[in-house]
Amino acid sequence: MPTFVYMTRCDGCGHCVDICPSDIMHIDTTTRRAYNIEPNMCWECYSCVKACPHNAIDVRGYADFAPLGHSVRVIRDEEKGVIAWRIKFRNGKKDMNLLAPITTKPWGTAIPKLSEESAPSKDMTDSQLLFNEPKYIRLDEGGLHTLESNGLKMKEGVYY
Amino acid sequence: MGYKTIVEDDIDVLITGAGMAGTGAAFESRYWGKDKKIVIAEKANIDRSGAVAQGLYAINTYMGTRFGENNPEDHVRYARMDLMGMVREDLLFDMARHVDSAVHQFEEWGLPLMRDPKTGAYQREGRWQIMIHGESYKPIVAEAAKKSADKVFNRICVTHLLMDDAKENRVAGAVGFNVRTGDYHVFKSKTVVCAAGGASNIFKPRSVGEGAGRVWYAPWSSGSAYGLLIEAGAKMTQMENRIVLARFKDGYGPVGAYFLHLKTYTQNGVGEEYESKWFPELSKMVGKEYLDTEGQHLSHKPIPTCLRNHAFINEVNAGRGPIHMVTMEAFQDPHLEEIGWHNFLGMTVGQAVLWAATDVDPKYENPELTTSEPYVMGSHATGCGAWVSGPEDIAPEEYFWGYNRMTTVEGLFGAGDAAGGTPHAFSSGSFTEGRLAAKAACKYIDDGKAEGIKVSQEQIDKRGKQIFKPMEHYKIYRNEITAGSVNPNYINPRQGLDRLQKLMDEYAGGVTVSYMTNDKLLNIGLKKMKMLEEDLEKIAAEDIHELLRAWELKHRQLSSEAVLQHTLFRKETRWPGYYYRGDAMKLDDQNWHVLTVSRRDPKTGEYTMEKAPCYHLVSDEEEKVA
Ligand SMILES: Cc1cc2nc3c(=O)[nH]c(=O)nc-3n(C[C@H](O)[C@H](O)[C@H](O)COP(=O)(O)OP(=O)(O)OC[C@H]3O[C@@H](n4cnc5c(N)ncnc54)[C@H](O)[C@@H]3O)c2cc1C
Ligand code: SF4
Ligand code: SF4
Repeated sequence: MPTFVYMTRCDGCGHCVDICPSDIMHIDTTTRRAYNIEPNMCWECYSCVKACPHNAIDVRGYADFAPLGHSVRVIRDEEKGVIAWRIKFRNGKKDMNLLAPITTKPWGTAIPKLSEESAPSKDMTDSQLLFNEPKYIRLDEGGLHTLESNGLKMKEGVYY
Repeated sequence: MGYKTIVEDDIDVLITGAGMAGTGAAFESRYWGKDKKIVIAEKANIDRSGAVAQGLYAINTYMGTRFGENNPEDHVRYARMDLMGMVREDLLFDMARHVDSAVHQFEEWGLPLMRDPKTGAYQREGRWQIMIHGESYKPIVAEAAKKSADKVFNRICVTHLLMDDAKENRVAGAVGFNVRTGDYHVFKSKTVVCAAGGASNIFKPRSVGEGAGRVWYAPWSSGSAYGLLIEAGAKMTQMENRIVLARFKDGYGPVGAYFLHLKTYTQNGVGEEYESKWFPELSKMVGKEYLDTEGQHLSHKPIPTCLRNHAFINEVNAGRGPIHMVTMEAFQDPHLEEIGWHNFLGMTVGQAVLWAATDVDPKYENPELTTSEPYVMGSHATGCGAWVSGPEDIAPEEYFWGYNRMTTVEGLFGAGDAAGGTPHAFSSGSFTEGRLAAKAACKYIDDGKAEGIKVSQEQIDKRGKQIFKPMEHYKIYRNEITAGSVNPNYINPRQGLDRLQKLMDEYAGGVTVSYMTNDKLLNIGLKKMKMLEEDLEKIAAEDIHELLRAWELKHRQLSSEAVLQHTLFRKETRWPGYYYRGDAMKLDDQNWHVLTVSRRDPKTGEYTMEKAPCYHLVSDEEEKVA
């Protein structure tokens, strides 16, 4: 397919349509449910699968090289900050559950609102420094590297 | 057409494409441009767009100066070596000296970075790579961008840049259309940061039919970063430096963590180590500076990525394929086995799907590897992109026209895949480049360089007509035939893409010709490319979704023509393993230790090519030796 939608689970909410980076999840006008309109432009990125509130989207490996009978399912839990995967092999011999963190902080809370920061000084503007630098470069007293500080020159046509 | 025209005026910084570089630009420009109007125009939804949509399991560029690991110049030397000498070292040094601050921010924002329990330093995968749980990398940086921008327009495919009618060669914004509503969007802006990403799918992929979307770089990477810039007349560099990747077969699962962290290694079909046997002959072709087969154990110079491909390709052509990744040893350790799987799930789920489908358990079976079709991009182990100005305290005269990362079009900046000569930026480096470009864009405005910009209604109308022409064309001609997709008056975007891929594959050194091309083939390719360009004037789009594909194709076509021109110009095989010029198989440092620079005349479509000097950073000691 590679993604496809189970008819009985989809309620046409459109979350998958909103997120697909390839613009290929669309709502079918007759059934009012989602489907993949262009399977050969699907990356199996699972963005839509993770976004679907009803677990209605699944993936069947690419027909040109993947035989039938496998499954890779996922549940992404933003509240808990984790993602859970289940991988089942075609021959049934392997069935794996894997868990990983997706964030260490509640969403968005730790990102500074730069419009609330005090305006940069003229010195900062004229320097080579970016926001929060030099502190954030080394997280110590060290400043920005320059050619002079590092004993370097630019030389034309020189090999090492 | 019954679509609305929506004009967004008085923008200061317009960011076209918000992947890694674009989100970095949005975040940073808010700091330097507190009262400026910052707007994002993105083709997809910035929460999951670009090459990092499905996540990453590693940040490939982190110096670790904080932990005493590396200095920026170390990374410059590495990237220079990997790219056979051809890099913009001013830009690389600049990116490397700022990149750690971006990574430290990511950690503070909640991106889970792994740590080495013994040293407390970030868990390294290799000298430059650190390991992360990066499934939500993109949503995290997208949050930062959304908090900073005045407006985010999702689902806008940017098709053209607007040019200033008052002053030649100065940018004035961009236009595009909403792929859902069909509305025509006009963004009038003082500056533009182009961060629309590299190009997949310009060479015929190994996958076919339904699987054609299984490419290594995302199928939605439409080369817009190049198409937009080339069309506006910006100078481009290193477009011949396409990349071929060695990856797990069919799924294109990443191999970095496998090699570097899991310590797996490769073997040929009969179980031998094969790489070293191709190197003595190859070192005659490229010279000792780049591949010193005798002194390598002393110099510890890394073997360039392209040269490893060379060994792989030749071994397979000699009939000793397939090349296997030896995973069976490492995977006996359950911890390493888990990392191996997580590595896919975090960035290339398709590989996990494939192994589950084909019952390949790497614990009991060594999986196959392959070399991919070529890609055109500027942030991985390759440096295609725009010719941009360097930072003021580093760049020599030829590399400097005032504003960091500004292209040769005034007010137009490039970052990530869009900026040329800066390979090995990867995700963190692209984000960093976006930040650098944004600061420079704000400065450009504050210096009064964007005064008096004019955009005529005529320009806006002309572009509007041009954008929707494929839909008009479809309407006019579809009733000439009974049904189906075969029409004497048009081709559809898929047909056009197939043609482009076949052409590039056969004439520009794709997979089916073992990456080989020559002067004659390239010239035929260029001739056919011109005809394709003419036919793209007659492309037909049945609906707005197809219109999106039509414009993606046009950007791919412009990128591809530049690849042909550059490959023809550089009369040597600089990167064996990425491509071969059969008529100039030797690397030629006498004549070609230079960067290639092109410009396409926006009015005539004619190309001019030039050589630009290659400046290298040297330390005092190195200078004494030289
Ligand atoms: C499979 C894979 C594995 C990788 N592994 C790693 C890794 O482990 N570590 C690492 O650091 N890096 C890795 N990279 C590289 C990294 O992802 C890129 O270097 C980086 O994302 C490039 O940033 P960018 O902003 O230039 O492009 P992108 O992030 O691709 O962003 C481009 C943006 O432009 C938008 N766009 C495109 N065309 C238009 C248009 N016409 N109009 C409007 N918007 C448009 C796109 O939707 C997208 O959002 C990997 C990449 C891939 C594909
Ligand atoms: S897997 Fe990715 S590309 Fe495929 S339909 Fe879902 S979101 Fe789109
Ligand atoms: S997100 Fe799920 S339920 Fe909603 S439209 Fe898509 S498939 Fe249907």
